[in-house]
Amino acid sequence: MTSAPAPIKAKLRVGDLVFSRSAVFAGSMILVTLAAVALFLIVQSIPALSATKEDASILETNFWEYVGPLVFGTVWAAALALLIALPISIGIALFISHYAPRRLASVLGYVVDLLAAVPSVVFGLWGIGVLAPAVVPVYTWLNENLGWIPLFSGTVSATGRTILTAALVLAVMVLPIMTAICREVFLQTPVLHEEAALALGATRWEMIRVAVLPFGRSGIISASVLGLGRALGETMAVAMVLSAAHVVTFDLLTSVNPTTIAANIALSFPEAYALNVNVLIATGLILFVVTFAVNAFARWIISRRKEFSGAN
Amino acid sequence: MTLQTMNPAPETGTPIANSLTAGRLPTSAPWVILGTAIAVSASVFGVVAVGAGSGFDWGGALVVGAILYIPAIWLFSRLVEGARRATDRLVTALVTGAFLLAMIPLVSLSITVVTFGLARFDADFFSMSMRNVTGEGGGALHAIIGTLLMTGAAAIISIPIGLMTSIYLVEYGRGKLARGVTFLVDVMTGIPSIVAGLFAYSLFAIFWGPGTRTGIAGAVALALLMIPVVVRSSEEMLRLVPNELREAAYALGVPKWLTIVKVVLPTSIAGITTGIMLSIARVIGETAPLLIAAGFTASMNYNLFDGRMQSLPVFVYTQYANQGNPAEAFLDRAWAAALTLILIVMALNLIARLVARLFAPKLGR
Repeated sequence: MTSAPAPIKAKLRVGDLVFSRSAVFAGSMILVTLAAVALFLIVQSIPALSATKEDASILETNFWEYVGPLVFGTVWAAALALLIALPISIGIALFISHYAPRRLASVLGYVVDLLAAVPSVVFGLWGIGVLAPAVVPVYTWLNENLGWIPLFSGTVSATGRTILTAALVLAVMVLPIMTAICREVFLQTPVLHEEAALALGATRWEMIRVAVLPFGRSGIISASVLGLGRALGETMAVAMVLSAAHVVTFDLLTSVNPTTIAANIALSFPEAYALNVNVLIATGLILFVVTFAVNAFARWIISRRKEFSGAN
Repeated sequence: MTLQTMNPAPETGTPIANSLTAGRLPTSAPWVILGTAIAVSASVFGVVAVGAGSGFDWGGALVVGAILYIPAIWLFSRLVEGARRATDRLVTALVTGAFLLAMIPLVSLSITVVTFGLARFDADFFSMSMRNVTGEGGGALHAIIGTLLMTGAAAIISIPIGLMTSIYLVEYGRGKLARGVTFLVDVMTGIPSIVAGLFAYSLFAIFWGPGTRTGIAGAVALALLMIPVVVRSSEEMLRLVPNELREAAYALGVPKWLTIVKVVLPTSIAGITTGIMLSIARVIGETAPLLIAAGFTASMNYNLFDGRMQSLPVFVYTQYANQGNPAEAFLDRAWAAALTLILIVMALNLIARLVARLFAPKLGR
């Protein structure tokens, strides 16, 4: 028996070494950056957690009482936006993937993507200049005819700058990403399933119900979670449209509305000083943790389905 | 034809001219119903307009007409075609309606921005700052310079890191680190922009004292938002490069790093450029992080490392939020800046798509 020949060692080149090391370095920079974001926010937040009315002038009692209504407002506005945007985005995605003429489909998809390109501050300007005055008659009608529903009770805001208007603007802003993900997964439905349904005599809607929607369920879920993440962190549109107070209320149409964490930071930060800055950063940390959890959940759902690659 | 002779219309009992189209609405029916619905709603709106003495509301008439169409088509189809087809037509109407509904904000927004924005879209707007301007006049030159400087600095920070990370993920990445980086990049795309601004502010506050607001802090915040977008798009493009090209290079004895630089990158450069331009278009409209990290000012500032720096989105916001006298002048400037911003973003998007189309590699086939 002859001994195995010594393995051939590749020549070590300086160029290779430098290149691979810098690639690894850049990759680890991502880890370092995210860790740094968490670390710096935590360091700046610690003084705020135990602060009281005497230390920071924007607090009424203590930090947790301050942040409670903000968390409620953030979740409430995002949930409303999602409720509005989800059926519409599924509809648009179905329209583009299964109803529109083939040749038009990509153009229509691009048109919807144009909405994503509009900066949020412009949405804010539009929301306050065009949308808010336009919805006031609708709100008045809702209040007069459906006022017995607690959501629509109270005195209608004369400016239209309510949480429902903010949620409408948010819904428009999260539509493109939700539509893009739904569309992608609807297009991946196996053609054989669709043709089998049609061959059995199903109408187009029945085909979609039995073949496309079950296949796209996880895509729809991840799209809504990602949309929720976007809506939670959206700042300027809410800050500009909403006439905010520091309250917890479910009324949709009055001029007393809960505000969101992000909008509150944007409005208060430029004038904040001393410990107030730390308080605001601490609310930002809470927002960071919430959106991180929501996004990680969405990614986990997507990663359970490897064949689906339309999320980014 | 044979079918027809074998089963002569059993349900109705009356002879049918063509069994394939029997029990179906003619193809023109939806359009006729839609036209009727809009005509009905328009006449109602017309009566109201005459009665109230106000102008005719075209938008309202069209919207109400479209809403009337949905139950109408369902009813006609239910009577002629049966329940299943009626549901199908109802869903078709709803799905098309959802798309048209989404077009309303897009159209309304474009019209508003252009009509209001043109009022101050003049030479002064692009050649003056807001220094010592309290009422009318003034411009956004300082904001445009600031936006270009900060976005440029953000691009300089994030393009090398983003590109090298995507090269790492595609060419080198194995095991836990690669999986962790992929996951964190995905999560990073969802960081709220205001949190990025708070991070940049805290970073500079710790090292240079609280209250530090500089252009470079804004650039760091933007870079944080830009890196994940660059990584994701370049990664996708690098994965499209066929493995045969890499293997051919290795077979010729080309080192791995030269293969990447001379073969992989040139093949995918068009897609990577597109991705980078789209990521710039995404961050150039960010307001919240710049408001927090770079602050706002009325004067020119060419130095990223010293003093507050204005940017176009923050200019829009501050003009709106701190209206002086006359308020009209401030709002006009805000709309003009919004128009400028949208034009820049649209131009970046268009150029990016042109680059992708014109310089795409020819892979044969």
